[in-house]
Amino acid sequence: MFAVNFFLLAAVLFCIGVYGVIARRNAVLVLMSVELILNSVNLNLLGFSLINGNIDGHVFALYIIAVAAAEVGVGLAMVMLVYRNRRSIALDDLSEMKG
Amino acid sequence: MMVPVLLAASEVNVALNVAFGVLAVVMIGAALFVVTTKNVVHAALWLVIVLSGMAAQYLLAAAEFVAVSQVLVYVGAVMVLFLFGIMLTRAQIGAEGNLNNPGWALGIPVALLLLGVMGWAIIDLFGDQTIEEAPGGASTQAISDQILSPYLAPFLAITFVLLAAAIGAIVLARKD
Repeated sequence: MFAVNFFLLAAVLFCIGVYGVIARRNAVLVLMSVELILNSVNLNLLGFSLINGNIDGHVFALYIIAVAAAEVGVGLAMVMLVYRNRRSIALDDLSEMKG
Repeated sequence: MMVPVLLAASEVNVALNVAFGVLAVVMIGAALFVVTTKNVVHAALWLVIVLSGMAAQYLLAAAEFVAVSQVLVYVGAVMVLFLFGIMLTRAQIGAEGNLNNPGWALGIPVALLLLGVMGWAIIDLFGDQTIEEAPGGASTQAISDQILSPYLAPFLAITFVLLAAAIGAIVLARKD
C-alpha cells in the first residue's frame, strides 16, 4: 500500500470536518464535524505507526478515542444546558459575550 | 512523481489498495453528506458510516485493537449520545431549513485551501513511498506493554480526564 493513501484520505476528511465546523449553525452538527476531525487525526497516527514499524501510534490513537468520548459527553451536556435555557442551540444566537 | 491515487502497481498488494479505495470513496461521500444534509438525524446516521469505514481502515492498517475500540466507543457509545442529544434538543422530526450559518460559503475556500496545502505537503513528503505488508499478530499485547510501562502516566491522566468529564457532564445536565 502506498504511504500517501492514508494521509490523503485523512487530509480530505479533516478538511470536510473543518468545513462543517465553519458552515454549521446547529451545535450538535458542529460536534459531529469535530468527530470527523479527530478521526482523521487517528488515521494519520496509525499510518505513521505503520510506516515507522512501531506501536506508539496505536497508543496515541487510543488516547485520542478516550479524549473524544469525554469531549462528546461534556459537549452534549453543555448543548443540553444551552437548549434548556434558550430553547435553541443555534450557535450564532449565543452572542452575550460579544464586545 | 507518480500519481498518488493510483490503486494498483507492482510490488504493492493490489487487494489491499482496492479495499482501501472502495472504503475511502464511501467514507468521503458519507462525510460530505454529514456536513451538507438538511436533517440532523440523517447526519448522525451518515456519521455512523464514516466511523465504521474508519474502523475498517484501521483493520487495513493492522490495528485490530484500535479498530475494535473504535467500534465500541464511537459506533456504540458516542453515536447513542449524539442521537440522544439530537432527540433532546429539537422539537420537530424531519428536514430543517436553518442548519447553516449565514456565512457558510466561507467554509468552502478555507477547506479547499487547507486541503491544497496539506495535500501538497503530503505528496511532497511521501510521494512514492510504499508500506510493506503489515506484520500480523501480537499487536494487542504490544499495545498493552506500551500503555502499562512507558505510557503509564498519560494513561492515568486519561482516566482522570474521563472521570472529570463524567462528573462534569452529570453536573451540567442535572436539573435542579
